[in-house]
Amino acid sequence: MQAQEIFDKLKEKFNDDILELKADAPSDPIILINGAELFNIAQFMRDKEELDFDYLVDLISLDLGDNLGAIYIFYSMKHKHRIALKAIVPKDNPILPTLENLWRTADWLEREAWDLMGIKFEGHHNLIRILNPYDWEGHPLRKDYVTPEFYHGMKVPY
Amino acid sequence: MGLLNRLNEPFEGGGIVLGTVEDILNWGRAKSDWYLQFGLACCAIEFMAVNAPHFDFMRFGTIPRTSPRQADFIIISGTVTLKMAERIKRLYEQMSEPKYVISMGSCSNCGGPYWEHGYHVLKGVDRIIPVDVYVPGCPPRPEALEEGMILLQKKIRHEAIFNKRKRIAEEDKKLGLNIK
Repeated sequence: MQAQEIFDKLKEKFNDDILELKADAPSDPIILINGAELFNIAQFMRDKEELDFDYLVDLISLDLGDNLGAIYIFYSMKHKHRIALKAIVPKDNPILPTLENLWRTADWLEREAWDLMGIKFEGHHNLIRILNPYDWEGHPLRKDYVTPEFYHGMKVPY
Repeated sequence: MGLLNRLNEPFEGGGIVLGTVEDILNWGRAKSDWYLQFGLACCAIEFMAVNAPHFDFMRFGTIPRTSPRQADFIIISGTVTLKMAERIKRLYEQMSEPKYVISMGSCSNCGGPYWEHGYHVLKGVDRIIPVDVYVPGCPPRPEALEEGMILLQKKIRHEAIFNKRKRIAEEDKKLGLNIK
């Protein structure tokens, strides 16, 4: 199924929560959505017969200045089509619904996005850091992150 | 002078080699170093190549040990993240004296490519444990690590065992250093 058809199908079901289609992206076509409805949209995409997105390829997090973004890339093994969903959340309250109940792989992907970018996934059963030490402070991939001087008595800068 | 070279000029009747106790102890120590089987990053891949038959690390008398308590030296082969640094320090402290450290590759020498933006990388393993031999390279060729091993053996062979502090102080005096 082409990106435009997928977009139309989603628009038909969720109308105002599907914002726009960016088909000329250098990677996969991106559909901008309302983050609050992410869970319902993703569930529809997974369960609907002609969409059948059974594979969550990756979760990418972005720092957009005042906002944070999350891009979910989906793939259908059956229909061999890919699409990306993009949700934008404000930096001072970055909350998205968790998808770990739809795709098990979202568990670790969301922990990574929380660890490095600080997006909170509501409903996640174990939202703890995955790469950095548990007592690390801050979210290092944010643009306003400041490298600490010391960690456990070890000097960090060169 | 190696101990075995003296066999060329033996005493009358042959079969007798004279040497100091220190010579013999250091000869044995230098030729049978057991190392901690421990790899960190891409340098560990090169380290595996050194272990494999083509470069044959065991001809230096090394045997991999899986416990730090049985190891004589440790090769820090790769990027030392801050999370790993605490574990490395603990491993080093568990090794029994005398113990040595080879720092392999740019990352563990000085932070390597992470020196500026690596918020998570310790800029040189010598910030937490003392290093005896630094092997440069990213990653070093197996030959470079072998040279590092030879340097470590040289260091062990010329090491003082008895009256260590007194002799080191004398050497320092000769070099014009005034360390108390």
